[in-house]
Amino acid sequence: MTYTNKPETQKLAKDFEVQQRKRWRSSALVLLVFMVAPAGAQQIGYPTTQQGVLPPQGTYAIRNARIVTVSGPVIENGTIVIREGKIAAVGQTVNIPASAQQIDAKGLSVYPGMIDASTSMGLVEVGQGAPGTVDLSEVGDLNPNAKAITAVHPHSAHIATTRVDGVTNTVTLPLGGLISGQAALINLVGTTPQEMAVVPHAALVINLPRIGAGGGGFGPPPQQIVNLPQVLSGIQRQVDRIKEMFRDAEAYGRAHEAYAKDPKLPRPDRNLVLESLVPYARGERPVILRAEREAEIRSALRFAEDLKLKPIILGGNDAAKVVSLLKEKDVPVILTGTFSLPMREDDHYDILYATAAKLYEGGVRFCISSDDRGANVRNLPQYAGMAAAHGLPPAEALKAVTLYPAQIMNVGDRLGSIEVGKMANLVVTDGDLLEVRTQVRRLFIDGRDIPLTSRHTDLYDAFKNRR
Amino acid sequence: MTPRFFVRCLLLSVFCTVLVPVALGQASRPAQTGEILIRNATVLTVTRGTLPNSDVLIRNGKIAGVGRNLKAGTNARVIDATGKYVLPGIIDCHSHSMLDAINEGSLAVTSMVRVQDALNPTDPDLYRALAGGTTTLNLLHGSANPIGGLNTVVKIRHGRPIDEFIFPGAPPGIKFALGENVKRSNSPNLPGVQRRYPNTRMGVEEVLRDAFARARDYKLSWDEYQKAVGRGEKNLIPPRRDIQLEPLVEILGGKRLVHAHCYRSDEILMLISVANEFGFKIKTFQHALEGYKVAKEIAQHGAGASIFVDNWGYKIEAYDSIPYNAAIMARSGVNVSINSDSDERARRLNTEAAKAMRYGNVSEEEALKMITWNPAWQLGIQNRVGSIEVGKDADLAIWNGHPLSVYSRVDTTFVDGEIFFDRQQDLARREELQKERAQLEQAEPNRPPGAGAAPQAPQRRRRPADETDIWREELEQP
Repeated sequence: MTYTNKPETQKLAKDFEVQQRKRWRSSALVLLVFMVAPAGAQQIGYPTTQQGVLPPQGTYAIRNARIVTVSGPVIENGTIVIREGKIAAVGQTVNIPASAQQIDAKGLSVYPGMIDASTSMGLVEVGQGAPGTVDLSEVGDLNPNAKAITAVHPHSAHIATTRVDGVTNTVTLPLGGLISGQAALINLVGTTPQEMAVVPHAALVINLPRIGAGGGGFGPPPQQIVNLPQVLSGIQRQVDRIKEMFRDAEAYGRAHEAYAKDPKLPRPDRNLVLESLVPYARGERPVILRAEREAEIRSALRFAEDLKLKPIILGGNDAAKVVSLLKEKDVPVILTGTFSLPMREDDHYDILYATAAKLYEGGVRFCISSDDRGANVRNLPQYAGMAAAHGLPPAEALKAVTLYPAQIMNVGDRLGSIEVGKMANLVVTDGDLLEVRTQVRRLFIDGRDIPLTSRHTDLYDAFKNRR
Repeated sequence: MTPRFFVRCLLLSVFCTVLVPVALGQASRPAQTGEILIRNATVLTVTRGTLPNSDVLIRNGKIAGVGRNLKAGTNARVIDATGKYVLPGIIDCHSHSMLDAINEGSLAVTSMVRVQDALNPTDPDLYRALAGGTTTLNLLHGSANPIGGLNTVVKIRHGRPIDEFIFPGAPPGIKFALGENVKRSNSPNLPGVQRRYPNTRMGVEEVLRDAFARARDYKLSWDEYQKAVGRGEKNLIPPRRDIQLEPLVEILGGKRLVHAHCYRSDEILMLISVANEFGFKIKTFQHALEGYKVAKEIAQHGAGASIFVDNWGYKIEAYDSIPYNAAIMARSGVNVSINSDSDERARRLNTEAAKAMRYGNVSEEEALKMITWNPAWQLGIQNRVGSIEVGKDADLAIWNGHPLSVYSRVDTTFVDGEIFFDRQQDLARREELQKERAQLEQAEPNRPPGAGAAPQAPQRRRRPADETDIWREELEQP
């Protein structure tokens, strides 16, 4: 988006709005929107109609749009057909089904919805002062059976406030301990966690213990490290505990398989904790390992190799120093530190702004994440924009919040770009998706037409005309 | 302490005092008191519109000319800024940067303490803020008490002695705070420690009223004394000086600006009512997350609002915060600035300002004002900084693209016409610094011990990147 053509864009957008208003006037839904607008203050969650009820999947044709497919070239004046939740057709000349609701997107752009691969969306509403709304971490160190999808709150106010800014999917991570639990990849719409789930058990989250940050990586660092060898051996013991559990899970899986084949064998008891770990121990599903410093990343890679896991590095502040190894092992990075202050006093001021560019240049697979717990996930495009301001090609920055997170989470065939057959998670904008000033004009998730309302637009509508 | 450990500490401190400042661009900076001509830029003056293909002439630290085809002396340094943008230095109206202490939390009224006594001019985050085009900071006490400590406004003259940071002539100010932090709602109850009054928003009001009642009496005592002196009475005993009440007397006399941390709309109204009762003004409501609910009352009082543009939901009193806050308040006539309250965000207030456009369609010029002229007004320094006009201080930055775009970054930042950040210089020095660092690491006492770990760097008090609740963090450090 250039700034010189802004008035033109705004005019087009305004025309579009007028069209929408005409269309909506006939819709009963719009009445509901206005009825619930002055929703009460300081109630937890967003329990209004738009959030509470899943809109139907319809047939839509978005016409005359600039289609930024991400996986292929940009299509000018193109059409996208949405049917049964999927992208049914994309191109300059496509057949539009008679039943399709047509949307004129002249002057507007269509992008795939953005995906944030590290959040705790839905697991915490208000972090301080409302512990009843916090479901981030379980008690104890080893909780592979804690599943985020169980506790994702579909009516959290964070969900609608995030999606209306173009983020359609998050990976929701449990936190804390050594093995935190299982992350879920969700659509940011649904009445139930199951309706939201794209991949309910998307990855296991592990916090390898770190010097100075305990097992969980949160909380204030200890003031003094008293005895380094002692600390190191403590860490080794913790790593050994995790490894032991993985090996137990593998053995557990084998025992149950053997028993299933031959019931004459002694019957192994069921153990829910080990059972949940089996697919990860077998390398069938990815394991997310939080690691920031160079030594942590290297030891995470060794750990994953030892256990033959399918690793994803989460964090990766120092990943630029491990480029060749990450590339050699083909381990992807969910980069979360773009907006963190540099870790060391003498680091270059832009070291973390530029990390994404270094990974790109080094051929490392990566995506960019906010690593926010929920409320500020909507700022995800700005993280990518900052990376682009510091050397990452803009097209790569866009991929880093769309296609790349989808590929890293093994849903590259379902999400992250505009291609026939993919889930219809689409954002219609009046400009560059990563620019702050750009407005989202239309939003589809799973082929559903999502109202652009949230707790924030409700409060805005309620107070904007108070005089 | 073993001798070996001692030597290591010594070398590390040498590293920190010599290498780090060099790394951050302090060394061998030539004094630039002459002329600089920034040529052919898009100049975002903030107060006088956007001037395409224009020049900015800097002379002796001041802006000496703005316009097309300006002429400079033969010795002037000419910077070709074709395709680039010039924006006034960003003013951050809520910062705790370079503070070695933030909260004196032991009492409910701590107007006797000054953040100026705890400044660290070598804080590397200052350089990082300059690299984001920020040049002026309002350094505030934390939010531990209804009446906190005295603030200091600084220019980021990074690498210079503290005296050179202090913004000359900036009106003095003070931090107030309301709500959860003051009530210590989110602070642990320490066994054996009695909770500090106040514990409720009722108590907060009483603390404020009591303090100003005492301040009035104190002022009357001095007034009476001065009158008696004027009448020529002998053998008078002057009232005892009270350095807690003196700043409050200055507030009553309109000589000290009140910057009040607040969240909920009801507490904003409470403070306005206390201010009205005692006849003083609030200069800014800081954060004012629910300012949009009482925008007209804030505007009527004549106060400004200095806010996070979109932070919300991290505690109960932040749950009704909306990113449209800036737009609603601005439309109601409130002077709105967008602040960082964080060394991290202080590096990118430009795109924070752009959010005011996204949420509520604030105009481009108004959005730019929210990080330049408006905070200057809130700090009473608008005649010196905050816009690009002839006669003002040459505090500005050259951006490689429009500063409201995510794709833009700063090339050069000037404070009083001197370059305090230059990206090309920064890049050019990196190799040399890398060598120096490697050399120091190879020095015998710096080599890793047998266990395979690097020596511990000296602990620096590190504030969290996101400092929305500075008081809590302080308290958790026993």
